[in-house]
Amino acid sequence: MSGKKDGGKKSARPAAPEDQVDRGLAAPEAACGPEPEARGGLRRVVITGAGTVNALGHDVPATLEAFREGRCGISQLQFRDVERLSIQIGGQIHDWRAEDYFNRQQILLYDKFTQFTLLAARQAVAQAGLNFQGALGLRAGVVLGTAGGGLNTWDENYRAVYEEGKNRVHPFVVPKLMNNAAASHVSMEYGLRGPSFTVATACASSNHAMGLAFQMVRSGAAQVMLTGGSEAMLCFGGVKAWEGLRVMSKDACRPFSANRNGMVQGEGAGVFVFEDLEHARARGAEILAEVVGFAMSSDAQDIVMPSAHGAERAITGAVRDAGLNPDQIGYINAHGTGTAANDKTECAAVAHAFGHHADRLMISSTKSMHGHLIGGTGAVELLACLMALREGVIAPTIGYEEADPECALDVVPNEAREARVDAVLSNAFAFGGLNAVIALRRI
Amino acid sequence: MSDTIKTRIKAIIAEQAMLEPDQITDEATPEELGIDSLGLVESIFALEEEFDISIPFNANEPDKSDFDITNMGTIIAAVERLVAEKAI
Repeated sequence: MSGKKDGGKKSARPAAPEDQVDRGLAAPEAACGPEPEARGGLRRVVITGAGTVNALGHDVPATLEAFREGRCGISQLQFRDVERLSIQIGGQIHDWRAEDYFNRQQILLYDKFTQFTLLAARQAVAQAGLNFQGALGLRAGVVLGTAGGGLNTWDENYRAVYEEGKNRVHPFVVPKLMNNAAASHVSMEYGLRGPSFTVATACASSNHAMGLAFQMVRSGAAQVMLTGGSEAMLCFGGVKAWEGLRVMSKDACRPFSANRNGMVQGEGAGVFVFEDLEHARARGAEILAEVVGFAMSSDAQDIVMPSAHGAERAITGAVRDAGLNPDQIGYINAHGTGTAANDKTECAAVAHAFGHHADRLMISSTKSMHGHLIGGTGAVELLACLMALREGVIAPTIGYEEADPECALDVVPNEAREARVDAVLSNAFAFGGLNAVIALRRI
Repeated sequence: MSDTIKTRIKAIIAEQAMLEPDQITDEATPEELGIDSLGLVESIFALEEEFDISIPFNANEPDKSDFDITNMGTIIAAVERLVAEKAI
């Protein structure tokens, strides 16, 4: 406790690294050619499959339709003891019936976060049309993000032993709740025998996972990676824990709006197939987009308050890693949580990273529709990036009611917009000051 | 009774701010006492636990809350009001 307190007091806090701000995007080395053909011996990486389940729909087409319509998936939460919560809304998947997708034995072994992951992975692999039998399986793996892992399993079993006084739990409690359960089941379902693991960086988990998958395919360490993330935190204990921080909204998620009053949790999963471009072309696969850049940074400052400098370094780093000019970025899927602190800090970071171009690019937060999926959020949000690149439709920030001078960017308020964009970013900034930004371009 | 409540509140705030209770004046703001946003949320939790009350406070819009955190005087008055309401 004293350690945290010391860290929270201004006088005791180490000086912020203000003097370490990078040179910004105007640096000449940021100006690289338009086609990053196998730069430095690196492979090019493309997305050939996508899958999801979230409060907006049980697949990608349903989710994109909701994005286009600006439909809100946030509603009254429904689960045991919800009446004891002061926060009772969320992006919950109300019509989830595990038995529609899994057999009895699988349901006994799969926590909800694993169920969501497997459904999304099935869709992604089916779209990619890949078969991992034989040699490809040895060069393929899965990296997924989650913050809470099998939180429903923890919640149900603590209730059984503490509240109900039971002295015996089901034998599968540990394999169900472990954070790597989803990644392991994906590897088993498809015979992925290369690198597989789970990343936990709170709200940036999925972006860190996808960034690592991208780096592994780019470096040649793997030919295909399944990647994304999942979260199933909407249970009594999961929401009660968040209530404690007093950053949750009781009525709506309104990112960038002056009257925003906090975040709203969501649940679900997003899974993508990241594949070596040459491999994808050789087999005639449909290519959804190219993954071109990724950068991570750490604020090294505060356990909950974000830093504009840390976010900016991740943004500029991703653009530079992609070999793009900053003015090529047409859209940013924002972290945009709807909290007072995140949204103004994120806008400051974008404004500083892009200079005058910040006034021309579009930035929106789809959390206003599906809620904040915590460790799975970057994966579901990447779908808005794919929609922007492939369909020329920018998903809106819904619930936007009042302009905020501290968020003075084009946040695509309330209605989707048609616009051609060639390159996009997706931001994720986690509690603990861990930032991860990924860059995609049209191919 | 009110003095006792005030003393107990000051003791909680003093512990949070790592100061002596007599340094917690009515005029002092949380910021002046070195209590940042996370420290404030922690202090409010400690007050709720101490007095078994529920304090309406959203860190996103502290100014709009019914719980006035302008300074120690307003915080003490608000806690006293919530304790009195509970007694009814």
